[in-house]
Amino acid sequence: MAARDSEPPVIRPGYTIASAAREIGDLVLRRPIGWPWLMGMLLSAGLLTLLAVAVVVLLVRGVGIWGIDIPVAWGFAIANFVWWIGIGHAGTLISAFLYLMRQRWRTSINRFAEAMTLFAVLCAALYPLLHLGRPWYFYWLLPYPNTMWLWPQFRSPLIFDLFAVGTYLTVSLLFWYVGLIPDLANLRDRAPHRFQQLAYGVLALGWRGSARHWQRYESLYLLLAGLATPLVISVHSIVSIDFAYAIVPGWHSTIFPPYFVAGAVYSGFAMVLILAIPMRAAFRLDGLITQRHLDLMAQLMLAMGLLVAYSYATEFFSSWYGGNPPEWTAFVNQVTGVYAPLFWGTLFCNVLSVQVLWAPKVRRSPVALFVVSLLVLLGMWIERVMIVITALHRDYLPSRWGLYVPTFWDWATLCGTIGLFFFLFLLFVRLLPIISISEVEKLVEEGA
Amino acid sequence: MSYGMMAAFQTPEELLAAVRAARTEGYRDMDAYTPFPIEGLADALEAGPNRVPLIVLLGGIAGALVGYGLQYYAMALNYPLNVGGRPLNSWPAFIPITFELSVLTAAIAGVVGMLALNGLPRPYHPAFNAPCFNLATLDRFFLCIEARDPAFSAEATRRFLEALNPTEVSDVEG
Repeated sequence: MAARDSEPPVIRPGYTIASAAREIGDLVLRRPIGWPWLMGMLLSAGLLTLLAVAVVVLLVRGVGIWGIDIPVAWGFAIANFVWWIGIGHAGTLISAFLYLMRQRWRTSINRFAEAMTLFAVLCAALYPLLHLGRPWYFYWLLPYPNTMWLWPQFRSPLIFDLFAVGTYLTVSLLFWYVGLIPDLANLRDRAPHRFQQLAYGVLALGWRGSARHWQRYESLYLLLAGLATPLVISVHSIVSIDFAYAIVPGWHSTIFPPYFVAGAVYSGFAMVLILAIPMRAAFRLDGLITQRHLDLMAQLMLAMGLLVAYSYATEFFSSWYGGNPPEWTAFVNQVTGVYAPLFWGTLFCNVLSVQVLWAPKVRRSPVALFVVSLLVLLGMWIERVMIVITALHRDYLPSRWGLYVPTFWDWATLCGTIGLFFFLFLLFVRLLPIISISEVEKLVEEGA
Repeated sequence: MSYGMMAAFQTPEELLAAVRAARTEGYRDMDAYTPFPIEGLADALEAGPNRVPLIVLLGGIAGALVGYGLQYYAMALNYPLNVGGRPLNSWPAFIPITFELSVLTAAIAGVVGMLALNGLPRPYHPAFNAPCFNLATLDRFFLCIEARDPAFSAEATRRFLEALNPTEVSDVEG
């Protein structure tokens, strides 16, 4: 195939199967603990402790410790939920959608992107649970025969959400684990210590690379990718329906599902870059995660950024052209009201800053790319907060207008989940191969 | 008792050629062990039908039926609740959960089915007794002609495998 021959190599030339596999495996099996990792661990463990404190205080004193009240009953908790779950989506799209599209460069980044998905969804799932007020009754959301003779309201998007997030978490975990099985077997066979052999051996389930097993494995992997791709889109569409079902001006809009999905994937690509760039430098992985990977990721992020910008434009246009006075008032309030800085911050971070990625030079500079990714991640968070708060704080009845001011505990919970995310990610980096070994082996064999 | 005769090869091409030669030679009960999937290898081994796609499909259909049935039963039969005069069987609102549950069960059925068909988890297998078998997850490609094959004979099979230019041929204890 001529198109493939003219493609630049996916990974740096000069690898043998064994050297590539050892480079990834030794990161887990032989590398001593370094200072950067230890410092990162200390910091994230500190934030995790903050989260534990925030949760305990919340359980003792109730959701009143947050800034939420009527009319703004959702506040940070729901904004953070939407933000975190969106971050997860890029991981699934990289591993599933790019797999279906036969994009071979995904091989170097899919594993840790999937781990990112898993941890981000865990962080996300915490928020609606804590926001319930009495989280210990969370099982009332589940349909089970109970002495109250009641069912959850299946027509409610909040119940859709429970099923969507639950399915997403489970399927992401399965997809990740299935991908890990051959690599766990590889680590089992390379491990220098008995304990490592045992631990990886148990997790590898006795994988021995039989050709018959590979055949079923590959078809399952392809099918899981095919299932995960529409799943991702359904999950964030359902999250957006939580908003769009309501008649609140600023929420009641049919653009919401695609608009939310685009924003989700956008923030997720930013997070992938934020994880990949320091990891690549710290572990000297520039042979496996090359300039080309960063360049392609940046292009994808730019493309998603343009989609998000287009969604904004559509939303603004329809609130003007729709001729619905409350809708227009909500828009004017968003642009000029007390929360206007959120609006302009969103535009700056999500629409303006990402335009520098048109320059190939910026796309190839890890530092510049890192800064842009941070801005995008921040911008997407601001956007989620803006959607939740500005719509709620002024709806149809001026007599029930109010303000939302986040408290210390709002910020503590946000920082705490960031700590939880990085805590889990740093553990993952030490314990499991951050790049798919068997896929890289195949890539080397094919002479990529 | 011997489990079979294991030959190790350095490249996937040599392994594929060896599998084809073994088939022409009349061997049927054999398996190949490789660090990554190799195109055409399962076909060369005549591995038989792959039932994973069917299991995933059935899992998905079951999940959709159960998902819709659950909502229909709860909302229309067991606890009918009139919300603004809307139909009790308000099917468009039931689609998201039906979809999610069908994806969930399809994925779980697929993973469980793949593992069950592969006979995993199975911590011990005679193949692990072969020397250097730990390279089967790195860069060595193994072919094992099993002793239960009617055409198997310790000397003849060894001679046949040695003629295929392997790095090593070994008798694997069962």
